[in-house]
Amino acid sequence: MRRIYLDYAATTPTHPDVVAAMLPYFTENFGNPSTIYSYGQEARGAVEEARTSVAALIGAADEEICFTSGGTESDNYALCGVAFANEDRGNHIITSVIEHHAVLETCKFLETRGFGVTYLPVDKYGLVDPDDVRKAITPRTLIVSVMHANNEVGTIQPLEEISKITHEAGAYFHTDAVQTVGHIPVDVDKLGVDLLSMSAHKLYGPKGIGALYIRKGTRLASFLHGGEQEKGRRAGTENVPGIIGLGKAAEITRAELECEALRLTGIRNKLISGILESIDNTSLNGHPDRRLPNNVNVSINFVEGESILLNLDLEGICASTGSACSSGSLEASHVLLATGCPPPLARGSLRFTMGRGTTEQEVDRVLAVLPGIVARLRAMSPLLKNRG
Amino acid sequence: MTRVYLDNAATTPLLPEVREAMLPYLGEIFGNPSSLHDWGDGAREALDEARARVAGLIGGSPEEIIFTSCGTESNNFAVKGLAMAQPARGKHVVVSAIEHFSVLHSARTLEKWGFQVSEVPVDKYGLVDPAAVKKAIRPDTVLVSVMHANGEIGTIEPVKEIARITRELKIPFHTDAVATAGTIPVDVKELGVDALSLAGSQFYGPKGSGALWVKKGVRIMTLLDGGIQEGGRRGGTENVPAIVGLGKAAELAAARMDARIKQLTPLRDRLIRELPASIDHVIVTGHPRDRLPGNASFCVEFIEGESLLMLLNSRGIAVSSGSACTSRALKASHVLLALGLSHAIAQGSVLFTLGLETAAADIDYVLENMPPIVDRLRQMSPLYAKFTKSGKGGK
Repeated sequence: MRRIYLDYAATTPTHPDVVAAMLPYFTENFGNPSTIYSYGQEARGAVEEARTSVAALIGAADEEICFTSGGTESDNYALCGVAFANEDRGNHIITSVIEHHAVLETCKFLETRGFGVTYLPVDKYGLVDPDDVRKAITPRTLIVSVMHANNEVGTIQPLEEISKITHEAGAYFHTDAVQTVGHIPVDVDKLGVDLLSMSAHKLYGPKGIGALYIRKGTRLASFLHGGEQEKGRRAGTENVPGIIGLGKAAEITRAELECEALRLTGIRNKLISGILESIDNTSLNGHPDRRLPNNVNVSINFVEGESILLNLDLEGICASTGSACSSGSLEASHVLLATGCPPPLARGSLRFTMGRGTTEQEVDRVLAVLPGIVARLRAMSPLLKNRG
Repeated sequence: MTRVYLDNAATTPLLPEVREAMLPYLGEIFGNPSSLHDWGDGAREALDEARARVAGLIGGSPEEIIFTSCGTESNNFAVKGLAMAQPARGKHVVVSAIEHFSVLHSARTLEKWGFQVSEVPVDKYGLVDPAAVKKAIRPDTVLVSVMHANGEIGTIEPVKEIARITRELKIPFHTDAVATAGTIPVDVKELGVDALSLAGSQFYGPKGSGALWVKKGVRIMTLLDGGIQEGGRRGGTENVPAIVGLGKAAELAAARMDARIKQLTPLRDRLIRELPASIDHVIVTGHPRDRLPGNASFCVEFIEGESLLMLLNSRGIAVSSGSACTSRALKASHVLLALGLSHAIAQGSVLFTLGLETAAADIDYVLENMPPIVDRLRQMSPLYAKFTKSGKGGK
C-alpha cells in the first residue's frame, strides 16, 4: 500500500541534501568547534557558514542567531532569558492562550517565580486582537510572546501590529515561528520581533537542532549555563552535524519557499472545500485566509478524531488530531477550546499538514476515503443517536 | 602531514557502526515519536531500544533515563531541577570546586535565585575529601553534586564514599559522569548516586545527545517546559537519530570497555612517565593512579599553553590546554588553580586525551616533537630567562 504522510507539522522528513551535508561532520570532520587546532577550526568554519544561511532565511545578522537544541529550548530560553535578565524593570508577561506548550508551560513556571502572566484570548478564527495587547500592556510588562502561526489551526497572527504596540510600551516581543520559518516569508525586521524561535525538523532539517534569533541589544540571561559556546549565550558542545543540517535546510527552503507555498495553498484549498462539501456537519478550524499554506484543520461532528485517525491509518494515510507534543494526552486541544469550539467538536478535530512530498493525487485519495470512514463511524456513534 | 588527534575529552569521532545505526532515522524512519500513526511507531520503538541500552551502560532502569541535548543540559537540568524540587527543605547546595562549568554556573544561577552554594576544595591531586563534603552539608542542604571524574586532570573522585554520606542524610546526590560513562565502568547502584549526567560525544556517539539518569522516586523539576515527551520531564521533539546513536554507542562501549581500557592505559602511562623525563620542569597534574585511562595532563613551566598548542598543531598534533568549553576564554583553568597551582604554572597546561584511534606511534610522535617545541618557546620566554639567571635550576 502506498503510504500518504500528511503530518508535516509534527515533523518533516530530513531532505536528502541535508543528510548529505551533515554526514562528513559525523566522522571525518568531527572536531569540537571550540578547540583552536585545525580539527576544531574546520568545524568552526562550517558552523559559521550555517549561521549565515539561517540568518539569511529570516533577514537577521549572523551574530543574532543562537543555536539551540530545538524549538522548545528556544521558547524556554526566550521567555526565561528576558524575565530573569530584566527583573529590575518589571515582572509582567503577556502571551496568548493558544501558544505551544513550550511557551505556556514556561509561563506557568515563571508564575511560580513571581512573574505575572496575562493570557490573551483569541477570536473564533484563533486570532489575537492587537487591541487586547494594548489593553493588557503596562510599564511593568517585560515581554509579549505571540506565535507567528498556530501549529494546530494554522492561523497567522497580526505580528506587525502587535510588535508595534509592544515596542511603544518598551517591552520585548518574542514570537514562536516554529511553524512558519521555511514555509512562509519571515523577516525579523518587517515583523518587528526581538526574539524568534525556530526548529530545524519542521523545515526538512534534522531533529535536535533549532535556533533563537536574538536582536542585537536584547537583554537576555542565558538559559543553559556552562561553557563559552555561542558567545556565552548557550553552553554545551555545539551539535555540529545538526547545525550544518539546519543551515542546509535553511538554504533549500529559502530557494523553494515561494513556489512551494503557492503550490500547497492550491492543494490545501482543494482539501478544505472537498471535505466541507462531501461530508455534512463539518467545519473549518482556524482562519479561512490568514492560514499556513499547508494546514487543514476540520472538526467533524459526532465522531472522535482518534477513531478517524486509526481508520485513515488503515488506509495508509497519516494525519493527526493536533499537536504531536500532546498527542499522548488525549485531552481536547486547548487551541480549539480557546476558539470557542465546543469540547465534543474539539475531540472530532482532524489536522492534515502538507509538505514537499504532498501531491494533488494524495489529497484526492483522502477525499475518496474520508467520507466513507466518517459515515461508518457515525453509524456507530452514540453521539448521533442521542441527537435523535 | 601526520595528524595525531589527542583531544578525545573535547569530543570523540563517531564510530562507523553508530553512524550506520543512525542513518535510517535521518531517512525513511523520520516520524515524530509522539505521533500516534505508524510513522511515529518506528521512531518510538527506536527510542525504547536506545533507552534500554543507555540504562544498561550504567546499570539503571530504562524509565529512569531522560534524554537531553548534551552533557551541559543534563547538568543544568540536574543541578537546577533537583535543587528546586524541594522548596520546603531549604536552599543550600554543595558542589566541588573543580566541577565542570555547566555545574558551577548552574549553581551560580541558583545563587541569583536565593540559594547558597558551598564549594568543597580539593587536594593537590584534585581529590574531594568525603569528610569535607560531610562538613559542608547543613540541615537545609537540598543537593550535593560532585563529578565522577574530572575531564581536565583525569582524577576519579570517591563518589561511592560521598554517596554513603548523602544517603545517610537523605540528600539527593548528583554526579556529572560525562567524563566516565562509556569510558570506565559506571554503575549507579554501586556508586549509590541519585542522578547522573552523561554525554554521547564523549564515547564515540553523536554530538547533540546526552542523558540524565534520575533514580526512581527522586523529585526533579523540569528544565525544558513544553510537551509531554520523556514522561513529561523534558519537552521538545526527541532527537531520534542522535538518541539512536547514543544507544548504539552505549552498547558498544559496554561491550568493549575492558579492551578499550587495556589499550589506553599503557599509552597514557608512557606519556606520563616519559614526557617529564624528556622535558625539564613538567608537572603531571591529577592523580597518579586514580585517573581516567586516556588522560595525561601536564603543566609545562615557563611557557604559555596556548603557544604550545599552536606549535603542536603545526606539527599535526591536536591537544588542548583544558576544557574545550572554555578554550576561547584564555583564563587559567579553575581546576588547576583549585589544585593549588599558581596562575603562571596553570598557564602552561597541556592535556592529552587518548582514544580508540591512538596508537603507540602517536605517542612516539609526541615524545619526539614536543621537547624541541618547548625548548624553542622557553628560549623566547622572559620568565625562563629570569629563572635560569637566578641560578635556581635549569639544566
